[in-house]
Amino acid sequence: MTTPLHEPDLALHVEDLTVSYHSKPVLWDIDFDVPPGVMAAIVGPNGAGKSTLIKSVLGLVPTVAGHVTLFGRTYRRHRRRVGYVPQRSSVDWDFPTTALDVVTMGLYGRLGWIRRPGRGERREAMQALEMVGMQAFADRQISQLSGGQQQRVFLARALVQKADVYFLDEPMAGVDATTERAIVDILRRLRDDGKTVIVVHHDLQTVRSYFDWLMILNVRVIAQGRVEDVYTADNLRSAYGGQIALLDETALMQPGTTDDKTAGA
Amino acid sequence: MSPLELITDHTIQNVVIGAALLGLISGVLGSFAVLRKQSLLGDTMSHAALPGVCIGFIIAGAREMSFLLLGALTTGALAALVMLMLTRNSRLKTDAALGIALSTSFALGVVLLTHIQNQNNAAQGGLDAFLFGQAAATLRSDLWIMGGVTLVALALVGAFWKEFKLVSFDPQFAASLGMPVMWLEVLLTVMIALAVVVGLQMVGVVLMAAMIIAPAVAARQWSHRLESMVILAAVIGVAGGVFGALLSALSRGLATGPLIILSVSSVVLVSLLLAPGRGFVWEGIRLWQGRRRLRYQQVLTTLYRLALHHDDPTFRSEQGMLDTYHGHRTRAALRQLLKRGLVEWRSAPPEEPRGAKHWVLTPRGRDEAERILDSLGRGES
Repeated sequence: MTTPLHEPDLALHVEDLTVSYHSKPVLWDIDFDVPPGVMAAIVGPNGAGKSTLIKSVLGLVPTVAGHVTLFGRTYRRHRRRVGYVPQRSSVDWDFPTTALDVVTMGLYGRLGWIRRPGRGERREAMQALEMVGMQAFADRQISQLSGGQQQRVFLARALVQKADVYFLDEPMAGVDATTERAIVDILRRLRDDGKTVIVVHHDLQTVRSYFDWLMILNVRVIAQGRVEDVYTADNLRSAYGGQIALLDETALMQPGTTDDKTAGA
Repeated sequence: MSPLELITDHTIQNVVIGAALLGLISGVLGSFAVLRKQSLLGDTMSHAALPGVCIGFIIAGAREMSFLLLGALTTGALAALVMLMLTRNSRLKTDAALGIALSTSFALGVVLLTHIQNQNNAAQGGLDAFLFGQAAATLRSDLWIMGGVTLVALALVGAFWKEFKLVSFDPQFAASLGMPVMWLEVLLTVMIALAVVVGLQMVGVVLMAAMIIAPAVAARQWSHRLESMVILAAVIGVAGGVFGALLSALSRGLATGPLIILSVSSVVLVSLLLAPGRGFVWEGIRLWQGRRRLRYQQVLTTLYRLALHHDDPTFRSEQGMLDTYHGHRTRAALRQLLKRGLVEWRSAPPEEPRGAKHWVLTPRGRDEAERILDSLGRGES
């Protein structure tokens, strides 16, 4: 490779990213860096552009300006190193297919055109289902799964991608406590294996106990860095504005309470 | 007409083969259209095929089938692609866009049709048959075209099976894998235009949408996998097509196209009602069973709580009291419990003045009530 790599030491490097929807900016001049081997959360109020940020990094929505690199290369050259978990609500779960089949879809990129998944692919998919504790549901019609189980199937589909960087869009939204714990455990295991995990997260209460890297977003970047540096009342207030009053500020800021909460959940 | 004559009659052979081909292609492609919530797109495309037929006729100067179908394919696919672009890139809602495109292109088609008819051109005879189809006019040469189109469509579906499946289920994830989602969607859409072309001669532009939607909707009711859904939709399409064609051959004078649509639609009706797991009847029964189970569980736990409250495992409850307690008649529920041996209908001991019979929990009933309450408790935690 003769072309010099741009910021090769960063798992994700986003520069001057701007996205607009009908002349209204959704993301404005985003600079965002994530080092490898961290579990990063993207938080922000509704309409802050959290999902759009992930989608524009993956090239799913057109950008007005800016560029994105993963380990110094563009996403196109690194597709195989990226795993993606879209929002659960983005698909119709009444689609006639089984949990195992959905997980196998994670291998379609590697299979390439025309080739069909075979026994080896099914075995890999089954292993991923076991990792998320869903092996008993492999042949279950996906419409019969609970919300939490559907989310775990989606996570398993990303796991078979055997990626280095994982993007997850609200994986903990509307799932039961068991699923949330299972998801966090798996994400931690990925991070401990040196993978980078980037999660759009909605629950401020759990940010500090789950994640070690944080980006606070509200169309612009409010703050980013290590959780302990970034998770401050000032930053949260400037992102959430009046909405922060609705959240229990003291509970949010007291160290320790979040951990107790998750342990008891 | 005897069965032998039916089979050997050349026209009927043509019609039956044509109907089978139509059922095959529209069942397979319709499955994808229905799953991608594009049923109405098929309707728009078939109506947009009419101006194409007319333009094809004007260019050819005669009722030249290949020109007509090529025209239909062009305008049908064009309308669909314009729709895709419009709904992708503007604020226009899909249903509104489809509605406008459908009526506009149909109006254009009818204008062109009347224009051609007023030219007093003898060759235009039967062009208006494309409105509702004229199956009896199907020629062997038409069948070759229809068969070729069907073969191409099936080959494409076979080759890009997993790509089409993923694009239909989760286009965002497909795009993240690097699949050319837009081109795959365009391909699927153009192929539905192919199905429309096959159906023009048989059922006509007005009824074609039902041919695309109906087999897929019926098949969805019975199948849990895309593979089985597509195959079943093809079978339903072929069976409905052949049945409708034979029906119209037997009862001379009844239009073939509408009969095909009606036979396919009756499969839809039966499927919507009876399919296990998804049919209305099934849902109704499940609802009723659930309600009944809930009732008798409630009565059982009431008996259990009363026994607990009075510290007497064989506490005797009066029928009337239970009715009042629940606000509805509990006899049916109690009879259920009696049948399962969970309660007893016991007479009062002789030393008590009130002689009426009472309901008493059996030991098994007690265990069952505890199990129900336990599972409720677990559900709350």
